[in-house]
Amino acid sequence: MATEIEFILNGRATLVRADPEQTLLDVLRNTLGLKATRLGCGTGQCGACTVIIGDQAVSSCDTPMWSVAGKELTTLEGLGSREAPHRLQATFIEEQALQCGYCTSGLLMAAAALLKRNPHPSVPDIRQALERNLCRCGVHNRVIRAVQKASS
Amino acid sequence: MNAPPIPENLKKHPRLGQWLDLGPDGRLRAYSGKVDLGQGISHALRLVVAQELRVKLDQVVMVRATTAKSPDEAVTSGSLSIQHSGAALRYAAAQLREVCRSRFAQQHGVPPEAVELDNGIFSLEAGRFTARYQDLVDDAMLAAPIEPRHLRPSDGDRPRLGAERRPDIEAKVFGQFEFINDLALPDMCFGQVFRPKTLGAKIDEAAAGRLEDELTRLAGVIQVIRDGILIGVLADAENVLAKAARKVQAADPWRGTADVPPARAIAAWLKSQPLETSVILDQRPQAPVAGPVRVFRAEYERPWLQHASIGLSCAIAQWSDGALQVWSHSQGIFNLRRDLGLAFALPAQAVTVSHCDGAGCYGHNGADDVAFDAAWLARHAAGRPVKTQWTRQGEMANSPLGPAMTVAVEAGIDEAGNLRSWKQEVWSQGHGSRPGRGETPALLGAWQTENAFPVTMAVNASLAAGGGSERNAVPPYAIPEIEVVNHRVLAMPLRVSALRSLGAHLNVLAAESTIDDIARSVGRDPLEFRLAHLQDERARAVLAEAARISGWESGTSRGAGEGFGRGIGFARYKNTGGYCAVVAQLVMEERVKLRKLSIAADLGLLIHPDGARSQLEGGAIQAASWTLCEAADIGPEGVRSDCWESYPIFKFSEVPEVEVALIDRPDCASLGAGECSIGPTAAAIANAIHDALGVRIRAMPFTADNLLKIVQADQAS
Repeated sequence: MATEIEFILNGRATLVRADPEQTLLDVLRNTLGLKATRLGCGTGQCGACTVIIGDQAVSSCDTPMWSVAGKELTTLEGLGSREAPHRLQATFIEEQALQCGYCTSGLLMAAAALLKRNPHPSVPDIRQALERNLCRCGVHNRVIRAVQKASS
Repeated sequence: MNAPPIPENLKKHPRLGQWLDLGPDGRLRAYSGKVDLGQGISHALRLVVAQELRVKLDQVVMVRATTAKSPDEAVTSGSLSIQHSGAALRYAAAQLREVCRSRFAQQHGVPPEAVELDNGIFSLEAGRFTARYQDLVDDAMLAAPIEPRHLRPSDGDRPRLGAERRPDIEAKVFGQFEFINDLALPDMCFGQVFRPKTLGAKIDEAAAGRLEDELTRLAGVIQVIRDGILIGVLADAENVLAKAARKVQAADPWRGTADVPPARAIAAWLKSQPLETSVILDQRPQAPVAGPVRVFRAEYERPWLQHASIGLSCAIAQWSDGALQVWSHSQGIFNLRRDLGLAFALPAQAVTVSHCDGAGCYGHNGADDVAFDAAWLARHAAGRPVKTQWTRQGEMANSPLGPAMTVAVEAGIDEAGNLRSWKQEVWSQGHGSRPGRGETPALLGAWQTENAFPVTMAVNASLAAGGGSERNAVPPYAIPEIEVVNHRVLAMPLRVSALRSLGAHLNVLAAESTIDDIARSVGRDPLEFRLAHLQDERARAVLAEAARISGWESGTSRGAGEGFGRGIGFARYKNTGGYCAVVAQLVMEERVKLRKLSIAADLGLLIHPDGARSQLEGGAIQAASWTLCEAADIGPEGVRSDCWESYPIFKFSEVPEVEVALIDRPDCASLGAGECSIGPTAAAIANAIHDALGVRIRAMPFTADNLLKIVQADQAS
């Protein structure tokens, strides 16, 4: 049954009525209208729905709402804006690090979580941090360059 | 620049106003029937228009393609958007520019040559008189037919505009881009169509009845619809459909199996099916030549592959007053409109299909089928728009597969060790079962309703369009005697259709592996051997450039230690498109570790060099993934590989370094970039593995297991 769940979303205290078993992705997209986070598989295998909870990159498609109560969440909408871009957003644009862009939100969030933990990652660190994010267009090298640039 | 060939689509849509007009804000609007599939084509087309009009980029707006207004340019496929739509828009923009120049000259009683044009401003007498496009364009101008004579060779703006970045990338990076999956219409409801995983399945009526009752009782379900073997659910919210999906999965009311070959029996299966055989080329020697002194024979194979887009197929449909409106990420909105008309017994004019961007598309995926699903559900939604999005499992189980193939090559050499004869024989299902081409709808759902249409058998595109399974089966080398034969397999236990580059993936791998084997066995360098058999200067130049950037001649890519290998591959896509050569460097670890791909390409006049580089690199990485690790797992129950664990694709740890070199040819017509690196990359990898191991692997994917079997067989022989 629906219940009230409180958490901090993109820096703002947020209260939603949701079924505790409902996925975080469903609530983000369909209740809160935050659509930058994308559904790719629904089973945490592709990374398209990656958000940051605390300082960890987490798949939101298989994260139940009960588990986010009291937590601090960041989605792409909270990462930066055109006026005040996160440095990864700036370097993704510089490197034109996407083709279709469906995996991009998840990649940005996974990379942002990496830079929080490790401000100066090596290329192997970057590859490892993005290993759970799939890209089919083949822009991996551009993404790696963008993350390197953002951390230098 | 040499004028590009006049595209057929320009002949079909000859009026200037069908390609360009003036928007209410004074900016120029450009119309194309080609659509964005993640490849950035609308940006490249916009650059073409801005270049020809000599205006700033922000003065040109690309109008999103819709059957209500855009020119019908059939399907966005085959790396033809730049060649066709780009050429049409170039002719249209050149005409608009010159007609406006003449109009302005006429107004001032001067010859057109006296008029200057800079940044969209026509001027006379050093700016004493000026006019903009919006001051000069009128209806008569737009109603006039396009005459190709207006295109002229000067194009000073090209490098500056070519450096402009794709604006959609910024929107995507800030989470502001609206994919079709994000589109929401007022009063919209959500629907899902549930179906079996095999084409000939039947439904167990009792089980279906129980399931219908269960679904009807589910909170949030508006309606359950049964038609033939389809079960549709309309709901108030997307998450209700996920609950419905779990109930359907548990009940699984369908019975039926697909007559698929056992694993590792693909070649035998393909050859034993009913075949439609056609001779693609039968080139006899012009003068009598001696018979071959040695003949090389080998057979190559690829399994069924999956498109495996990261996004999900999605559509929205709405009926009002007997007319159907559909929003779709289809590659062919006019083709989809036609087949929706056939499926619902509507005249094409009663159907409007508007394009909305989806996730990356690499061939005929579920986009058209889900549009049928949405339209079929929306008929029961009392005028409300219905959004339908396939699940990951549905996407991978029900989208068409890329066809399996077998290619046999038999090549003879003469006394001097040069190529004398070549026979290439292809066995494969057709590579296209797209909508818009037959008398009945090529839409999965239309084959599954009560009044079902027959399943559309996959066919091959005409040779003029580059063919399907026989794409690139004609080798690019100068050989006195060439015979190329295609056997279309007339069985389709699971649906197949177009996957990026069609038959070129295996045909190029087969030809380039054979070339390498011959070069090595006669003691010649594989690069030199290729160059010795190529007469086309542009082909020779890309090979030389790939060799240069990879350090081929200097041997610096050699000597990197045990298990290291390098290989080269070349093709001109479809034998008429982009030229591409690739050098692969790899190391044999517990499996193939691809280190670097060096790509050189000649795409004629470059429009957006960064976009071209990205397409070449992306094509190469996708091809490397197919070649090294992908194979659809199929069984009597259908496609088993319906998630990312059962169908793994390249991950960040597997992606090699990639270097791309472009040869700009401002004097040659522009060529597409999206598919030309696929075949050469696969071939370069195969040749590098041979270089590293000393044995030839011919059946994809080149996984550790498959390599081990080849090595063991080689040692045993």
